[in-house]
Amino acid sequence: MKFIDEYRDPKLALAILEEIRRKTTRAWTIMEICGGQTHSIIRNGIDQLLPDAITLVHGPGCPVCVTPLETIERALLLAGMPGVIFASFGDMLRVPGSSKDLFCVRSEGGDVRFVFSPLDALQIARDNPHKEVVFLAVGFETTAPANAMAVYQAKRERIGNFSLLVSQVLVPPAMRAILSSPGNKVEGFLAAGHVCAVMGYEEYEPVAKEYHVPVVPTGFEPVDLLAGILKTVELLEDDRAEVFNRYGRVVSREGNLAARRIVDSVFMVSDRQWRGIGLIPGSGLVLREEYAAWDAEKKFDLAHITVSESPLCMSGSVLQGVLKPDACPAFGRECNPQHPLGATMVSSEGACAAYYNYHRNPF
Amino acid sequence: MTIELSCPVPISNHETVQMAHGAGGRLSQDLMRRIFMPHLHNIFLDLLDDQAKLELPHGRVAFTTDTYVVSPIFFPGGTIGELAVNGTVNDLAAGGAIPKYLSAGFVLEEGFSLPELDRVVQSMAEAARKAGVQIVTGDTKVVEKGQCDKVFINTSGIGIVREGVAVSCRNLQPGDAVILSGSVGDHGMAIMTSREGLSFQSRISSDCAALNGMIADMLDAVPSIHAMRDPTRGGVAATLNELALSSSVGIAIDETAIPVRPDVRGACELLGIDPMHVANEGKLVVVVPASDAERVLEVMHLSEHGRGAVRIGMVVCDHPGMVIMRTALGTRRIVDLPLGEQLPRIC
Repeated sequence: MKFIDEYRDPKLALAILEEIRRKTTRAWTIMEICGGQTHSIIRNGIDQLLPDAITLVHGPGCPVCVTPLETIERALLLAGMPGVIFASFGDMLRVPGSSKDLFCVRSEGGDVRFVFSPLDALQIARDNPHKEVVFLAVGFETTAPANAMAVYQAKRERIGNFSLLVSQVLVPPAMRAILSSPGNKVEGFLAAGHVCAVMGYEEYEPVAKEYHVPVVPTGFEPVDLLAGILKTVELLEDDRAEVFNRYGRVVSREGNLAARRIVDSVFMVSDRQWRGIGLIPGSGLVLREEYAAWDAEKKFDLAHITVSESPLCMSGSVLQGVLKPDACPAFGRECNPQHPLGATMVSSEGACAAYYNYHRNPF
Repeated sequence: MTIELSCPVPISNHETVQMAHGAGGRLSQDLMRRIFMPHLHNIFLDLLDDQAKLELPHGRVAFTTDTYVVSPIFFPGGTIGELAVNGTVNDLAAGGAIPKYLSAGFVLEEGFSLPELDRVVQSMAEAARKAGVQIVTGDTKVVEKGQCDKVFINTSGIGIVREGVAVSCRNLQPGDAVILSGSVGDHGMAIMTSREGLSFQSRISSDCAALNGMIADMLDAVPSIHAMRDPTRGGVAATLNELALSSSVGIAIDETAIPVRPDVRGACELLGIDPMHVANEGKLVVVVPASDAERVLEVMHLSEHGRGAVRIGMVVCDHPGMVIMRTALGTRRIVDLPLGEQLPRIC
């Protein structure tokens, strides 16, 4: 299949791997930002192939994982309200709140639907003018344009029974938070290819300079990932703290300008809580004042929410690359995909789920 | 002055299912006469008794049941009716039985189109004819609008277990070859891509088919087959895991050997779904002593349902209860059971 097979070519992958071995002279710790990359690495066993000197740590780039528990609780509350149709990406339905998930709400009679696009949720609103349709808008810069477009369309068409429960997060502030933390081990980054497809990579240039780390926008297939790792190793070995685009078929320096424009016109930057990590200044997006009528948090009374995290869950350390999933004492015991303690075990992009699905014993 | 003498007469020529169609009265009989009997009639059904009285040869009888709730009810490559016949036929055949008789229970939603019901029943009759089985007893219930989705069908089936055949999911032996009859994921992705809300240009066709003919030929040629299973919900991944667990052995498979059609692969890539987890309705996983593998493959290749049969791996002593895949890069990873709702109501 075009655009897939050539990036999964084992011969090419093994040749790049050989080059990584040749170039590596000392130990390096590299973080892949995106959960999609984590899954591809574990699924393809790329971590098994790399020289011991290269340690991959898994980043916070799983939107499902970092959505704060308060947002999940708000989602559960909204989804259970009479007259509300609650729409979400499928991944979010199984994310546990303090005591239940969206599937439970559905089984209790809530109208919870999973959609592939926020524009599908908007269509549900058009088709059900007497119901309130709320879409759970989670994600990084990747999902922001489509979510922005849904609200933009709703305003233009005066669709008043549609709103977003927003939990949009941004990558560069999270990278800064990781690099500034006292326990940081990360020396180079594979930047998330899809985020860069939207945002470009110019915003990583100051991060690379300020923290003296190489940043390499990288794709998701084995050859993409290995090429990204090779470039990062080369930059590290040469002590060059640069941004180098290794996902040229998708990513340009300025990104998708039309997508960035719609995001800017609908959302503005704000501080944001990250599940398991805490508050990161300037790391989130919220709807601008002129879209307040489509903001579920302003439209519905969602106060009085109390949350409690499992004391056993260490997903915060996993998301910051401090702890490998299988080093968590609860991994595979109290915490597994049937009974996840935290979102990193739920999401298809969560690092704990990747380790559990592909990598637990007998290896 | 004129007096209107005509009374309102009950409407009898409905185009949709009415509650009265399930009430046992005149409309119930109407449904039998108009839709079920013309398509399904045979010497058992024609008696209109509440039960079928069957002559069975001596030996063991295999008995199975399954309920079909797929949405949409018409999909590329099949209908809910074909699925209901073929699924039950395959469950019997994969256990080493010769499928003979089926029952069919229908739950109809008030307001469901009768011409559509007619199409469903017609497709069931056609599938039963192809599979060489008879639908010998049945039942119809109607529920209020919104209490079910158009039509749900339960079929139960009886088959005669072949002499000298011992096919069971507990029979896997280390060293056995694991064979797959063809490409994975066709049915699930046919359903997925024909759903509302997803517009795909290509029409992926379901593999929905009765496999009893091919299985009979396989068992004629190689009675020593250890296990067979049709990998429906949960896909090939779930079936291999069930086999490994039941026999307390490991299964090692080769990623590059798993056949996936390019359109199915494309749709799976787009939706982030592993084709190994996607349902099939006309495929077979076969476990056979390695020395007999080539012979089984030869026989399968002669059938239209086994033309793409390949060896995908082997049974091993290591990692009992687990399925391990050798990836294209030569690394190893676990092939786990899929978790929860991936593609709702695929069968």
